[in-house]
Amino acid sequence: MKVLVPVKRVIDYNVKVRVKSDKTGVDLANVKMSMNPFDEISVEEAVRMKEAGTVSEIVVVSIGPQQAQETIRTALAMGADRGILVKTDEMVEPLGVAKILAKIVAEETPDLVILGKQAIDDDSNQTGQMLGAILDWPQGTFASEVKVDGGQFHVTREVDGGLQTVALDGPAIVTVDLRLNEPRYASLPNIMKAKKKPVDTKAPEDYGVDIAPRLSVLEVSEPAVREAGEKVEDVATLVSKLKTAGAI
Amino acid sequence: MAVLIIADHDNAALSDATAKTVTAAQAFGGEIDVLVAGECAADVAAEAAKLTGVRKVLHADGVVYKKQLAEAMEALIVPLMDGYDALFAPATTMGKNVTPRIAAKLDVMQISDIIEIKDSATFVRPIYAGNAIMTVSSSDAKKVVTVRGTAFAAAGSDGSAAIETVSASDAPLKSSFVSEEVVKSDRPELTAAKSVVSGGRALGSEDEFQRLIVPLADKLGAAVGASRAAVDAGYAPNDYQVGQTGKIVAPELYVAVGISGAIQHLAGMKDSKIIVAINKDDEAPIFQVADYGLVADLFSAVPELTEAL
Ligand SMILES: Cc1cc2nc3c(=O)[nH]c(=O)nc-3n(C[C@H](O)[C@H](O)[C@H](O)COP(=O)(O)OP(=O)(O)OC[C@H]3O[C@@H](n4cnc5c(N)ncnc54)[C@H](O)[C@@H]3O)c2cc1C
Ligand SMILES: Nc1ncnc2c1ncn2[C@@H]1O[C@H](COP(=O)(O)O)[C@@H](O)[C@H]1O
Repeated sequence: MKVLVPVKRVIDYNVKVRVKSDKTGVDLANVKMSMNPFDEISVEEAVRMKEAGTVSEIVVVSIGPQQAQETIRTALAMGADRGILVKTDEMVEPLGVAKILAKIVAEETPDLVILGKQAIDDDSNQTGQMLGAILDWPQGTFASEVKVDGGQFHVTREVDGGLQTVALDGPAIVTVDLRLNEPRYASLPNIMKAKKKPVDTKAPEDYGVDIAPRLSVLEVSEPAVREAGEKVEDVATLVSKLKTAGAI
Repeated sequence: MAVLIIADHDNAALSDATAKTVTAAQAFGGEIDVLVAGECAADVAAEAAKLTGVRKVLHADGVVYKKQLAEAMEALIVPLMDGYDALFAPATTMGKNVTPRIAAKLDVMQISDIIEIKDSATFVRPIYAGNAIMTVSSSDAKKVVTVRGTAFAAAGSDGSAAIETVSASDAPLKSSFVSEEVVKSDRPELTAAKSVVSGGRALGSEDEFQRLIVPLADKLGAAVGASRAAVDAGYAPNDYQVGQTGKIVAPELYVAVGISGAIQHLAGMKDSKIIVAINKDDEAPIFQVADYGLVADLFSAVPELTEAL
């Protein structure tokens, strides 16, 4: 079985994001960038499937600037086999990403595409589902467990009321949630080995996909700041304050 | 102009998130229809028909809609969109699962998790875990939007819309429902509750979570939430997670117990009216958003608080 894993380069989740004073976006200069945390989970899942013998090849794809190659290298060091960098300095929206991924799927014919449920920069939560629709493939979103059963996938999903398991006829799309696994750190020897793994560089035009944005950003602003309140001395004071505030 | 709203429900009752989505659609403008796709969900359709401002309810009944799987919903909704300028759904796991498929089929960019509508093309949404607020204008012919419930009040229930039956699509499906684990409780639903008590990693075990958080929530008539660390450690079920990638809540009262206040957690609760934090570290970031902070050991403070209420 072959698996395709799209990975996005985003601001590291530990960085406190700052809005630019001209309100055109957030400040990306000299900010630590990392693989989207959900995508680390997708890569890990694919690598575990390979270790279990159900997967023979893992191809990772990133759409982004030249530096997204580092994100691909990280995935290769975790155990993926080869990478495709679709290089662009434009911001590609989820719809455009899904369209490019659909073309790559047509070329690579994977049995499974595993994506993150959400990129922690745009918080869109839509690319995987869009790819599913474009390909007419079934999807198991927000996965906390994935089982391969012949040509079928059994995906347990984290939904509002609890957990739901669906069966998908492959090929299929899975988007991963936080509790699917705990991603490994790449070891130094594996990081060295990853440098020799092949990475193809392409451009959006190679896929004939129009990535012109559909949304124009009018403004990016700071959220309203919440003022810190007061520290209370003890439980009794807390209770009386809450009573006065009408909260209890 | 006309908007179609996908109702979120469990075949028995309509979720509060649907009523909030109706309010968002009112801000968008035009006629509002609500689609209730379910199995034996006539009661839900009747409930939707009462939502203030709804023109009509489309009711699709069929076993394929019982769990509102994305593929079945896509096949049903895409043809209906010929008659609509916009598709709205609550940003629940149902909405998040279903709407991007329809957006892709209509070749439009979805606008996720909106918190404000400026006009019929301009929407406001948080990005970067709510650390930035983005206003976007969509050039697409049809708008596909998911709505953050905490940003809109629920529509009233004095309407009397007509209910129309729409026939189920017979497209073959490549996905099917297998099973579910749903925790039934008498507690208010997390995103609709007036008060929420959440526990964090500091609770240390599921037993302690049950022993300390639950009685406090009972006293307050509150829903129970948790940080990611508490859920990951198995102290609380997954659907209790509050935060950027869990549930977004904005109750009148939010009590954070043994939670540090990572940005990903704050993203899910910082719009609460009153925030109380109990944490033994007086430098914990949660205190930067708390109206009332108690620096104390939760193992003594929480029982004392429960007792005092
Ligand atoms: C992609 C991604 C998505 C995420 N999404 C979410 C999300 O949706 N929601 C979420 O919550 N997190 C999320 N996180 C995780 C987040 O970054 C934090 O790791 C998490 O919120 C920490 O949980 P916590 O506050 O319970 O634990 P900790 O950070 O370990 O804090 C425990 C706190 O308890 C206090 N404490 C310890 N003992 C006691 C005691 N006896 N009495 C009182 N206080 C005590 C400590 O001082 C500390 O402040 C996400 C992370 C990533 C990378
Ligand atoms: N530029 C990109 N390159 C590769 N994968 C991406 C890109 N953008 C989004 N994805 C994938 O889609 C998932 C969901 O992203 P989003 O829909 O933007 O929240 C991510 O976790 C990635 O797996």
